[in-house]
Amino acid sequence: MKNPAQNRQPIVMIHDLRKSFGSQQVLDGIDLAVVQGETLAVLGRSGIGKSVLLKLIIGLQKPDSGSIVIQGQEITCLDLNQLNEIRKKIGFLFQGAALYDSMTVAENVAFPLRRHTKLSETERKERVRDLLASVGMEEDHQKLPSQISGGMQKRVGLARALALDPEILLFDEPTAGLDPITATEIGELIVELKKQRSITSVVVTHDIHAARAFTDRMALIDNGHVVIEGTFSDLQKSRDQFIHRFLREAA
Amino acid sequence: MVYFGVLLVAATISVGWLGPTHRPMKNYLAAFFEWFGELGMFCGRVAKTIFTPPFEFKEILRQMDIIGAKSFPLVAMAGAATGVVLSLQMHDALLRFGAKGMLPTVIIFSLIRETGPIITGVVVSGRVGAGIGAELGSMKVTEQIDAMEASAVNPYRFLAATRILACIAMLPLLTLAADAAGILAGWLASTLQDPVSLRLFIGRGFKTVDFSDFLPPTFKTAVFGFIIGAVSCFQGMSTEGGTEGVGRSATSSVVLSSLIIILADVVLVRFILVFFQ
Repeated sequence: MKNPAQNRQPIVMIHDLRKSFGSQQVLDGIDLAVVQGETLAVLGRSGIGKSVLLKLIIGLQKPDSGSIVIQGQEITCLDLNQLNEIRKKIGFLFQGAALYDSMTVAENVAFPLRRHTKLSETERKERVRDLLASVGMEEDHQKLPSQISGGMQKRVGLARALALDPEILLFDEPTAGLDPITATEIGELIVELKKQRSITSVVVTHDIHAARAFTDRMALIDNGHVVIEGTFSDLQKSRDQFIHRFLREAA
Repeated sequence: MVYFGVLLVAATISVGWLGPTHRPMKNYLAAFFEWFGELGMFCGRVAKTIFTPPFEFKEILRQMDIIGAKSFPLVAMAGAATGVVLSLQMHDALLRFGAKGMLPTVIIFSLIRETGPIITGVVVSGRVGAGIGAELGSMKVTEQIDAMEASAVNPYRFLAATRILACIAMLPLLTLAADAAGILAGWLASTLQDPVSLRLFIGRGFKTVDFSDFLPPTFKTAVFGFIIGAVSCFQGMSTEGGTEGVGRSATSSVVLSSLIIILADVVLVRFILVFFQ
Protein backbone atom coordinates (compact mmCIF):
# COMPACT_ATOMS: atom_id res chain seq x y z
CA MET A 1 0.00 0.00 0.00
CA LYS A 2 1.14 3.50 -0.70
CA ASN A 3 1.40 6.00 2.09
CA PRO A 4 -1.64 8.26 1.68
CA ALA A 5 -0.53 10.79 4.23
CA GLN A 6 2.87 11.98 3.17
CA ASN A 7 2.37 15.67 3.76
CA ARG A 8 0.33 15.50 6.92
CA GLN A 9 1.38 16.47 10.43
CA PRO A 10 2.90 13.73 12.55
CA ILE A 11 0.51 12.64 15.34
CA VAL A 12 3.07 10.51 17.15
CA MET A 13 6.72 11.54 17.10
CA ILE A 14 9.39 9.53 18.85
CA HIS A 15 12.94 10.79 19.09
CA ASP A 16 16.04 9.03 20.43
CA LEU A 17 13.97 6.85 22.77
CA ARG A 18 15.95 4.65 25.15
CA LYS A 19 14.77 2.08 27.64
CA SER A 20 16.69 -0.55 29.57
CA PHE A 21 15.73 -3.21 32.09
CA GLY A 22 18.62 -3.81 34.47
CA SER A 23 21.70 -4.27 32.33
CA GLN A 24 19.68 -5.08 29.21
CA GLN A 25 19.32 -2.16 26.79
CA VAL A 26 16.02 -2.89 25.02
CA LEU A 27 15.46 0.30 23.04
CA ASP A 28 18.60 2.18 22.12
CA GLY A 29 17.69 5.37 20.29
CA ILE A 30 14.39 4.78 18.45
CA ASP A 31 13.22 7.48 16.00
CA LEU A 32 9.76 7.16 14.50
CA ALA A 33 6.98 9.41 13.22
CA VAL A 34 3.39 8.44 12.46
CA VAL A 35 1.22 10.89 10.54
CA GLN A 36 -2.54 11.47 10.76
CA GLY A 37 -4.58 8.58 9.36
CA GLU A 38 -1.57 6.38 8.75
CA THR A 39 -1.14 2.75 9.86
CA LEU A 40 2.46 1.98 10.78
CA ALA A 41 3.64 -1.56 11.42
CA VAL A 42 6.51 -2.02 13.83
CA LEU A 43 8.24 -5.26 12.94
CA GLY A 44 10.96 -7.20 14.66
CA ARG A 45 11.84 -10.48 16.27
CA SER A 46 10.15 -11.61 19.47
CA GLY A 47 11.52 -10.06 22.64
CA ILE A 48 13.10 -7.13 20.81
CA GLY A 49 11.10 -4.52 22.74
CA LYS A 50 8.20 -3.85 20.37
CA SER A 51 5.57 -4.16 23.11
CA VAL A 52 7.73 -1.99 25.38
CA LEU A 53 7.61 0.69 22.68
CA LEU A 54 3.78 0.68 22.75
CA LYS A 55 3.72 0.81 26.56
CA LEU A 56 6.08 3.79 26.43
CA ILE A 57 3.81 5.57 23.94
CA ILE A 58 0.80 5.24 26.26
CA GLY A 59 2.85 6.04 29.36
CA LEU A 60 2.55 2.65 31.09
CA GLN A 61 6.34 2.69 31.36
CA LYS A 62 8.76 5.59 31.59
CA PRO A 63 11.66 5.83 29.14
CA ASP A 64 15.25 6.26 30.37
CA SER A 65 15.68 9.15 27.92
CA GLY A 66 14.33 10.52 24.67
CA SER A 67 11.06 12.13 23.76
CA ILE A 68 7.56 11.00 22.78
CA VAL A 69 5.35 13.74 21.35
CA ILE A 70 1.65 12.96 20.85
CA GLN A 71 -0.42 15.59 19.04
CA GLY A 72 2.25 18.16 19.78
CA GLN A 73 2.46 17.35 23.49
CA GLU A 74 5.56 15.86 25.07
CA ILE A 75 4.21 13.03 27.26
CA THR A 76 7.32 11.87 29.10
CA CYS A 77 7.14 14.72 31.61
CA LEU A 78 3.38 14.82 32.21
CA ASP A 79 1.76 14.13 35.59
CA LEU A 80 -0.84 11.37 35.90
CA ASN A 81 -3.88 13.60 35.31
CA GLN A 82 -2.41 15.16 32.17
CA LEU A 83 -1.30 11.73 30.96
CA ASN A 84 -4.82 10.37 31.50
CA GLU A 85 -6.21 13.10 29.25
CA ILE A 86 -3.88 11.89 26.48
CA ARG A 87 -4.72 8.25 27.23
CA LYS A 88 -8.42 8.93 26.62
CA LYS A 89 -7.52 9.73 23.00
CA ILE A 90 -5.62 6.45 22.58
CA GLY A 91 -7.09 2.95 22.25
CA PHE A 92 -4.88 0.00 23.13
CA LEU A 93 -5.49 -3.58 22.02
CA PHE A 94 -3.37 -5.86 24.18
CA GLN A 95 -1.75 -9.05 22.95
CA GLY A 96 -4.00 -11.28 25.05
CA ALA A 97 -6.93 -8.81 24.74
CA ALA A 98 -6.64 -8.23 28.55
CA LEU A 99 -10.41 -8.27 29.08
CA TYR A 100 -11.47 -7.87 32.71
CA ASP A 101 -12.44 -11.43 33.48
CA SER A 102 -14.85 -10.63 36.29
CA MET A 103 -16.99 -8.57 33.89
CA THR A 104 -19.17 -9.63 30.97
CA VAL A 105 -18.32 -8.70 27.38
CA ALA A 106 -20.76 -5.76 27.50
CA GLU A 107 -19.45 -4.54 30.88
CA ASN A 108 -15.91 -4.65 29.50
CA VAL A 109 -16.84 -2.34 26.63
CA ALA A 110 -18.93 -0.14 28.94
CA PHE A 111 -16.07 0.22 31.47
CA PRO A 112 -14.29 3.24 29.86
CA LEU A 113 -17.66 4.78 28.92
CA ARG A 114 -18.93 4.54 32.49
CA ARG A 115 -15.85 6.31 33.77
CA HIS A 116 -15.16 8.98 31.19
CA THR A 117 -18.49 9.92 29.64
CA LYS A 118 -21.73 11.30 30.99
CA LEU A 119 -23.95 9.03 28.88
CA SER A 120 -27.23 7.87 30.39
CA GLU A 121 -27.75 4.16 31.05
CA THR A 122 -29.79 3.76 27.82
CA GLU A 123 -27.33 5.75 25.69
CA ARG A 124 -24.45 3.74 27.09
CA LYS A 125 -26.17 0.44 26.35
CA GLU A 126 -26.86 1.59 22.81
CA ARG A 127 -23.25 2.66 22.32
CA VAL A 128 -21.99 -0.68 23.66
CA ARG A 129 -24.36 -2.48 21.29
CA ASP A 130 -23.09 -0.43 18.34
CA LEU A 131 -19.46 -1.03 19.28
CA LEU A 132 -20.00 -4.78 19.66
CA ALA A 133 -21.92 -4.86 16.38
CA SER A 134 -19.02 -3.14 14.61
CA VAL A 135 -16.76 -6.07 15.58
CA GLY A 136 -19.48 -8.71 15.05
CA MET A 137 -19.89 -9.60 18.73
CA GLU A 138 -23.35 -8.24 19.61
CA GLU A 139 -24.75 -11.76 20.13
CA ASP A 140 -22.32 -12.59 22.91
CA HIS A 141 -22.65 -9.47 25.02
CA GLN A 142 -23.67 -11.34 28.17
CA LYS A 143 -20.88 -13.90 28.09
CA LEU A 144 -17.80 -13.77 30.29
CA PRO A 145 -14.39 -13.51 28.61
CA SER A 146 -13.61 -17.11 29.69
CA GLN A 147 -16.62 -18.33 27.68
CA ILE A 148 -15.46 -16.95 24.31
CA SER A 149 -12.51 -17.86 22.04
CA GLY A 150 -9.21 -15.98 21.74
CA GLY A 151 -10.24 -14.40 18.43
CA MET A 152 -13.54 -13.25 19.91
CA GLN A 153 -11.69 -11.80 22.92
CA LYS A 154 -9.54 -9.76 20.53
CA ARG A 155 -12.67 -8.43 18.83
CA VAL A 156 -14.14 -7.41 22.18
CA GLY A 157 -10.77 -5.90 23.15
CA LEU A 158 -10.94 -3.88 19.93
CA ALA A 159 -14.49 -2.74 20.72
CA ARG A 160 -13.33 -1.65 24.17
CA ALA A 161 -10.34 0.18 22.67
CA LEU A 162 -12.76 2.04 20.37
CA ALA A 163 -15.22 2.96 23.12
CA LEU A 164 -13.99 6.51 23.68
CA ASP A 165 -13.62 7.27 19.95
CA PRO A 166 -9.83 7.36 20.05
CA GLU A 167 -7.74 9.26 17.54
CA ILE A 168 -4.83 6.85 17.88
CA LEU A 169 -4.94 3.06 18.14
CA LEU A 170 -2.10 0.88 19.37
CA PHE A 171 -2.18 -2.81 18.53
CA ASP A 172 0.08 -5.30 20.29
CA GLU A 173 0.39 -8.40 18.10
CA PRO A 174 -3.25 -8.27 16.93
CA THR A 175 -3.00 -11.46 14.88
CA ALA A 176 -0.72 -13.56 17.11
CA GLY A 177 -2.12 -16.90 18.23
CA LEU A 178 -5.09 -16.72 15.85
CA ASP A 179 -5.98 -19.01 12.95
CA PRO A 180 -5.36 -17.44 9.49
CA ILE A 181 -9.06 -16.72 8.88
CA THR A 182 -9.61 -14.95 12.22
CA ALA A 183 -6.29 -13.14 11.80
CA THR A 184 -7.42 -11.86 8.40
CA GLU A 185 -10.76 -10.79 9.88
CA ILE A 186 -9.01 -8.80 12.60
CA GLY A 187 -6.74 -7.26 9.96
CA GLU A 188 -9.75 -6.31 7.85
CA LEU A 189 -11.32 -4.67 10.88
CA ILE A 190 -8.18 -2.55 11.26
CA VAL A 191 -8.36 -1.50 7.58
CA GLU A 192 -12.10 -0.78 7.93
CA LEU A 193 -11.47 1.43 10.96
CA LYS A 194 -8.87 3.39 9.10
CA LYS A 195 -11.27 3.98 6.23
CA GLN A 196 -14.27 4.89 8.40
CA ARG A 197 -12.70 6.97 11.12
CA SER A 198 -9.29 7.97 9.78
CA ILE A 199 -7.66 6.63 12.93
CA THR A 200 -3.88 6.73 13.24
CA SER A 201 -2.57 3.30 14.17
CA VAL A 202 0.65 1.69 15.32
CA VAL A 203 0.61 -2.09 14.89
CA VAL A 204 3.33 -4.10 16.60
CA THR A 205 3.72 -7.49 14.98
CA HIS A 206 6.19 -10.11 13.84
CA ASP A 207 3.75 -11.24 11.14
CA ILE A 208 5.04 -9.66 7.93
CA HIS A 209 2.07 -10.89 5.88
CA ALA A 210 -0.39 -9.14 8.17
CA ALA A 211 1.78 -6.02 8.15
CA ARG A 212 1.95 -6.01 4.37
CA ALA A 213 -1.78 -6.50 3.96
CA PHE A 214 -3.11 -4.12 6.59
CA THR A 215 -0.62 -1.30 7.05
CA ASP A 216 0.73 1.62 5.01
CA ARG A 217 4.30 1.65 6.15
CA MET A 218 6.67 -0.54 8.15
CA ALA A 219 9.53 0.05 10.54
CA LEU A 220 11.84 -2.85 11.29
CA ILE A 221 13.54 -2.84 14.69
CA ASP A 222 16.68 -4.71 15.62
CA ASN A 223 19.20 -4.22 18.43
CA GLY A 224 17.14 -1.35 19.82
CA HIS A 225 17.27 0.70 16.59
CA VAL A 226 14.97 1.24 13.64
CA VAL A 227 16.89 -0.57 10.89
CA ILE A 228 14.65 0.52 8.04
CA GLU A 229 11.41 2.41 7.56
CA GLY A 230 9.26 2.37 4.44
CA THR A 231 6.80 0.37 2.37
CA PHE A 232 7.14 -3.37 1.82
CA SER A 233 8.83 -2.79 -1.53
CA ASP A 234 11.32 -0.42 0.15
CA LEU A 235 12.20 -3.28 2.50
CA GLN A 236 12.54 -5.67 -0.44
CA LYS A 237 14.85 -3.28 -2.25
CA SER A 238 17.19 -2.94 0.70
CA ARG A 239 20.58 -4.64 0.56
CA ASP A 240 20.88 -5.01 4.30
CA GLN A 241 21.58 -8.63 5.29
CA PHE A 242 19.33 -8.60 8.35
CA ILE A 243 16.35 -7.20 6.43
CA HIS A 244 16.76 -9.82 3.72
CA ARG A 245 16.98 -12.56 6.29
CA PHE A 246 13.93 -11.26 8.15
CA LEU A 247 11.86 -11.12 4.97
CA ARG A 248 13.05 -14.54 3.82
CA GLU A 249 12.43 -16.27 7.16
CA ALA A 250 9.08 -14.55 7.56
CA ALA A 251 8.02 -15.71 4.12
CA MET B 1 9.67 -0.83 74.05
CA VAL B 2 10.09 -4.56 74.64
CA TYR B 3 6.96 -5.20 72.59
CA PHE B 4 8.27 -3.12 69.73
CA GLY B 5 11.63 -4.89 69.89
CA VAL B 6 10.04 -8.34 69.75
CA LEU B 7 7.72 -7.17 67.00
CA LEU B 8 10.53 -5.73 64.91
CA VAL B 9 12.67 -8.87 65.12
CA ALA B 10 9.73 -11.15 64.31
CA ALA B 11 8.55 -8.96 61.45
CA THR B 12 12.07 -8.66 60.03
CA ILE B 13 12.53 -12.40 59.87
CA SER B 14 9.09 -13.17 58.52
CA VAL B 15 8.80 -10.38 55.98
CA GLY B 16 12.42 -10.64 54.88
CA TRP B 17 11.85 -14.32 54.26
CA LEU B 18 8.38 -14.32 52.77
CA GLY B 19 7.71 -10.89 51.30
CA PRO B 20 9.94 -10.35 48.31
CA THR B 21 9.82 -13.92 47.06
CA HIS B 22 11.83 -13.19 43.94
CA ARG B 23 14.95 -12.15 45.88
CA PRO B 24 17.51 -14.34 47.61
CA MET B 25 16.89 -14.93 51.30
CA LYS B 26 20.37 -13.78 52.27
CA ASN B 27 19.73 -10.40 53.76
CA TYR B 28 16.59 -10.38 55.87
CA LEU B 29 17.06 -6.87 57.15
CA ALA B 30 17.55 -5.29 53.71
CA ALA B 31 14.62 -7.27 52.29
CA PHE B 32 12.47 -6.24 55.26
CA PHE B 33 13.14 -2.53 54.83
CA GLU B 34 12.78 -2.75 51.07
CA TRP B 35 9.43 -4.55 51.33
CA PHE B 36 8.11 -2.19 53.97
CA GLY B 37 9.32 0.85 52.02
CA GLU B 38 7.55 -0.36 48.87
CA LEU B 39 4.42 -1.19 50.88
CA GLY B 40 4.52 2.31 52.41
CA MET B 41 4.80 3.92 48.97
CA PHE B 42 1.95 1.74 47.74
CA CYS B 43 -0.24 2.83 50.68
CA GLY B 44 0.68 6.47 49.98
CA ARG B 45 -0.48 6.14 46.37
CA VAL B 46 -3.72 4.48 47.47
CA ALA B 47 -4.33 7.09 50.20
CA LYS B 48 -4.04 9.87 47.61
CA THR B 49 -6.89 8.34 45.61
CA ILE B 50 -9.14 7.84 48.65
CA PHE B 51 -9.46 11.57 49.34
CA THR B 52 -9.85 12.80 45.76
CA PRO B 53 -12.82 12.28 43.40
CA PRO B 54 -14.10 10.28 41.59
CA PHE B 55 -15.19 8.01 44.44
CA GLU B 56 -15.97 4.45 43.48
CA PHE B 57 -18.90 3.91 45.89
CA LYS B 58 -20.50 1.20 43.78
CA GLU B 59 -17.32 -0.83 43.62
CA ILE B 60 -16.73 -0.36 47.37
CA LEU B 61 -20.22 -1.76 48.06
CA ARG B 62 -19.55 -4.70 45.74
CA GLN B 63 -16.29 -5.41 47.54
CA MET B 64 -18.02 -5.10 50.93
CA ASP B 65 -20.40 -7.80 49.78
CA ILE B 66 -17.61 -10.06 48.51
CA ILE B 67 -15.31 -9.47 51.48
CA GLY B 68 -17.84 -9.02 54.26
CA ALA B 69 -21.14 -10.73 53.55
CA LYS B 70 -19.55 -13.76 51.94
CA SER B 71 -17.12 -14.22 54.87
CA PHE B 72 -19.98 -14.14 57.36
CA PRO B 73 -20.74 -17.91 57.55
CA LEU B 74 -17.05 -18.75 57.85
CA VAL B 75 -16.42 -16.21 60.60
CA ALA B 76 -19.59 -17.18 62.48
CA MET B 77 -18.59 -20.83 62.33
CA ALA B 78 -15.07 -20.11 63.56
CA GLY B 79 -16.50 -17.94 66.36
CA ALA B 80 -18.99 -20.66 67.35
CA ALA B 81 -16.28 -23.33 67.46
CA THR B 82 -14.14 -21.06 69.64
CA GLY B 83 -17.11 -20.48 71.97
CA VAL B 84 -17.66 -24.21 72.37
CA VAL B 85 -13.99 -24.90 73.02
CA LEU B 86 -13.75 -22.06 75.54
CA SER B 87 -16.82 -23.36 77.32
CA LEU B 88 -15.54 -26.94 77.50
CA GLN B 89 -12.04 -25.97 78.63
CA MET B 90 -13.09 -23.32 81.11
CA HIS B 91 -15.87 -25.44 82.62
CA ASP B 92 -13.28 -27.95 83.70
CA ALA B 93 -10.72 -25.40 84.87
CA LEU B 94 -13.22 -23.28 86.83
CA LEU B 95 -14.66 -26.38 88.45
CA ARG B 96 -11.24 -27.03 90.02
CA PHE B 97 -11.22 -23.57 91.61
CA GLY B 98 -14.86 -23.84 92.63
CA ALA B 99 -15.67 -20.87 90.44
CA LYS B 100 -18.11 -22.53 88.04
CA GLY B 101 -20.46 -19.55 88.30
CA MET B 102 -17.83 -17.45 86.54
CA LEU B 103 -18.12 -19.47 83.31
CA PRO B 104 -20.35 -17.01 81.37
CA THR B 105 -18.12 -14.09 82.38
CA VAL B 106 -14.96 -15.90 81.33
CA ILE B 107 -16.40 -16.95 77.97
CA ILE B 108 -17.86 -13.54 77.12
CA PHE B 109 -14.89 -11.60 78.43
CA SER B 110 -12.41 -13.72 76.52
CA LEU B 111 -14.45 -13.68 73.31
CA ILE B 112 -15.12 -9.98 73.04
CA ARG B 113 -11.74 -8.80 74.27
CA GLU B 114 -9.44 -11.02 72.31
CA THR B 115 -10.57 -14.32 70.84
CA GLY B 116 -13.35 -12.92 68.66
CA PRO B 117 -11.22 -10.16 67.06
CA ILE B 118 -8.14 -12.30 66.44
CA ILE B 119 -10.10 -15.30 65.11
CA THR B 120 -11.95 -12.96 62.75
CA GLY B 121 -8.68 -11.36 61.61
CA VAL B 122 -6.98 -14.66 60.90
CA VAL B 123 -9.98 -16.34 59.24
CA VAL B 124 -10.69 -13.33 57.00
CA SER B 125 -7.03 -12.95 56.11
CA GLY B 126 -7.14 -16.57 54.91
CA ARG B 127 -10.24 -16.20 52.81
CA VAL B 128 -9.96 -12.62 51.62
CA GLY B 129 -6.17 -12.31 51.52
CA ALA B 130 -5.82 -15.31 49.22
CA GLY B 131 -8.70 -14.08 47.08
CA ILE B 132 -7.32 -10.57 46.62
CA GLY B 133 -3.73 -11.76 46.13
CA ALA B 134 -4.74 -14.26 43.45
CA GLU B 135 -7.28 -12.01 41.71
CA LEU B 136 -5.05 -8.95 41.45
CA GLY B 137 -2.04 -11.18 40.70
CA SER B 138 -3.74 -12.77 37.72
CA MET B 139 -5.01 -9.37 36.59
CA LYS B 140 -1.40 -8.16 36.67
CA VAL B 141 0.10 -11.03 34.69
CA THR B 142 -2.67 -10.97 32.05
CA GLU B 143 -2.15 -7.19 31.57
CA GLN B 144 -5.65 -6.33 32.85
CA ILE B 145 -4.16 -3.78 35.25
CA ASP B 146 -2.18 -2.27 32.36
CA ALA B 147 -5.40 -2.19 30.31
CA MET B 148 -7.14 -0.33 33.12
CA GLU B 149 -4.33 2.21 33.32
CA ALA B 150 -4.29 2.56 29.53
CA SER B 151 -7.99 3.46 29.59
CA ALA B 152 -7.17 6.30 32.02
CA VAL B 153 -8.58 4.57 35.11
CA ASN B 154 -6.30 4.58 38.15
CA PRO B 155 -5.95 0.94 39.33
CA TYR B 156 -4.87 2.15 42.79
CA ARG B 157 -8.25 3.82 43.09
CA PHE B 158 -10.45 1.24 41.40
CA LEU B 159 -8.78 -1.98 42.57
CA ALA B 160 -6.76 -1.28 45.73
CA ALA B 161 -8.56 1.57 47.53
CA THR B 162 -11.98 -0.08 47.15
CA ARG B 163 -10.76 -3.39 48.57
CA ILE B 164 -8.82 -1.82 51.44
CA LEU B 165 -11.78 0.39 52.46
CA ALA B 166 -14.16 -2.57 52.26
CA CYS B 167 -11.82 -4.63 54.50
CA ILE B 168 -11.56 -1.78 57.03
CA ALA B 169 -15.35 -1.37 57.15
CA MET B 170 -16.25 -5.05 57.27
CA LEU B 171 -13.80 -6.45 59.83
CA PRO B 172 -15.46 -4.85 62.91
CA LEU B 173 -18.87 -6.05 61.69
CA LEU B 174 -17.58 -9.56 61.13
CA THR B 175 -16.04 -9.46 64.60
CA LEU B 176 -19.50 -8.77 66.02
CA ALA B 177 -20.75 -11.85 64.17
CA ALA B 178 -17.90 -13.97 65.58
CA ASP B 179 -18.57 -12.65 69.11
CA ALA B 180 -22.30 -13.34 68.88
CA ALA B 181 -21.86 -16.82 67.41
CA GLY B 182 -19.20 -17.61 70.02
CA ILE B 183 -21.39 -16.50 72.93
CA LEU B 184 -24.38 -18.47 71.62
CA ALA B 185 -22.34 -21.60 71.01
CA GLY B 186 -20.60 -21.16 74.37
CA TRP B 187 -23.97 -21.01 76.09
CA LEU B 188 -25.14 -24.07 74.16
CA ALA B 189 -22.10 -26.09 75.25
CA SER B 190 -22.39 -24.93 78.82
CA THR B 191 -26.14 -25.56 79.08
CA LEU B 192 -25.64 -29.10 77.83
CA GLN B 193 -23.36 -29.76 80.79
CA ASP B 194 -25.19 -27.66 83.36
CA PRO B 195 -28.57 -26.38 82.18
CA VAL B 196 -28.71 -22.58 82.33
CA SER B 197 -31.05 -20.21 80.48
CA LEU B 198 -29.59 -17.99 77.74
CA ARG B 199 -30.94 -14.95 79.53
CA LEU B 200 -29.19 -15.85 82.77
CA PHE B 201 -25.99 -16.79 80.94
CA ILE B 202 -25.83 -13.47 79.11
CA GLY B 203 -26.97 -11.50 82.18
CA ARG B 204 -24.20 -13.00 84.27
CA GLY B 205 -21.62 -12.74 81.53
CA PHE B 206 -22.18 -9.06 80.78
CA LYS B 207 -22.52 -7.99 84.42
CA THR B 208 -18.88 -7.04 84.76
CA VAL B 209 -18.29 -6.11 81.11
CA ASP B 210 -18.49 -2.47 80.09
CA PHE B 211 -18.05 -0.58 76.83
CA SER B 212 -14.32 -0.14 77.27
CA ASP B 213 -14.02 -3.94 77.21
CA PHE B 214 -16.03 -4.13 74.04
CA LEU B 215 -15.47 -1.14 71.76
CA PRO B 216 -11.65 -0.82 71.50
CA PRO B 217 -11.04 -4.53 70.78
CA THR B 218 -13.83 -4.56 68.20
CA PHE B 219 -12.59 -1.44 66.44
CA LYS B 220 -8.99 -2.60 66.50
CA THR B 221 -10.06 -5.11 63.85
CA ALA B 222 -10.37 -2.16 61.47
CA VAL B 223 -6.56 -2.11 61.67
CA PHE B 224 -6.56 -5.84 60.88
CA GLY B 225 -8.79 -5.02 57.90
CA PHE B 226 -6.33 -2.40 56.72
CA ILE B 227 -3.46 -4.90 57.05
CA ILE B 228 -5.32 -7.61 55.10
CA GLY B 229 -6.38 -5.18 52.35
CA ALA B 230 -3.09 -3.32 51.99
CA VAL B 231 -0.79 -6.37 52.14
CA SER B 232 -2.91 -8.49 49.78
CA CYS B 233 -3.44 -5.69 47.24
CA PHE B 234 0.26 -4.86 47.33
CA GLN B 235 1.33 -8.49 46.92
CA GLY B 236 -1.23 -8.97 44.14
CA MET B 237 -0.38 -5.82 42.20
CA SER B 238 3.37 -6.46 42.37
CA THR B 239 3.06 -10.01 41.01
CA GLU B 240 5.72 -11.08 38.55
CA GLY B 241 6.37 -14.32 36.73
CA GLY B 242 3.17 -15.76 35.26
CA THR B 243 0.93 -18.30 36.97
CA GLU B 244 3.66 -19.34 39.38
CA GLY B 245 3.88 -15.73 40.50
CA VAL B 246 0.10 -15.65 41.05
CA GLY B 247 0.40 -18.67 43.33
CA ARG B 248 3.23 -17.01 45.23
CA SER B 249 1.20 -13.81 45.64
CA ALA B 250 -1.83 -15.68 46.96
CA THR B 251 0.27 -17.60 49.49
CA SER B 252 2.34 -14.64 50.61
CA SER B 253 -0.80 -12.47 50.95
CA VAL B 254 -2.31 -14.93 53.42
CA VAL B 255 0.87 -15.72 55.31
CA LEU B 256 2.08 -12.13 55.61
CA SER B 257 -1.28 -10.57 56.45
CA SER B 258 -2.15 -13.15 59.13
CA LEU B 259 1.36 -12.94 60.58
CA ILE B 260 1.37 -9.14 60.64
CA ILE B 261 -2.10 -9.17 62.20
CA ILE B 262 -0.88 -11.34 65.07
CA LEU B 263 2.22 -9.20 65.52
CA ALA B 264 0.25 -5.95 65.32
CA ASP B 265 -2.15 -7.36 67.89
CA VAL B 266 0.67 -7.31 70.44
CA VAL B 267 1.07 -3.57 69.97
CA LEU B 268 -2.67 -2.89 69.73
CA VAL B 269 -3.46 -4.77 72.95
CA ARG B 270 -0.76 -2.85 74.77
CA PHE B 271 -2.07 0.40 73.30
CA ILE B 272 -5.66 -0.37 74.34
CA LEU B 273 -4.58 -1.33 77.86
CA VAL B 274 -2.69 1.95 78.25
CA PHE B 275 -5.26 4.30 76.74
CA PHE B 276 -8.69 2.72 77.23
CA GLN B 277 -8.63 0.81 80.52
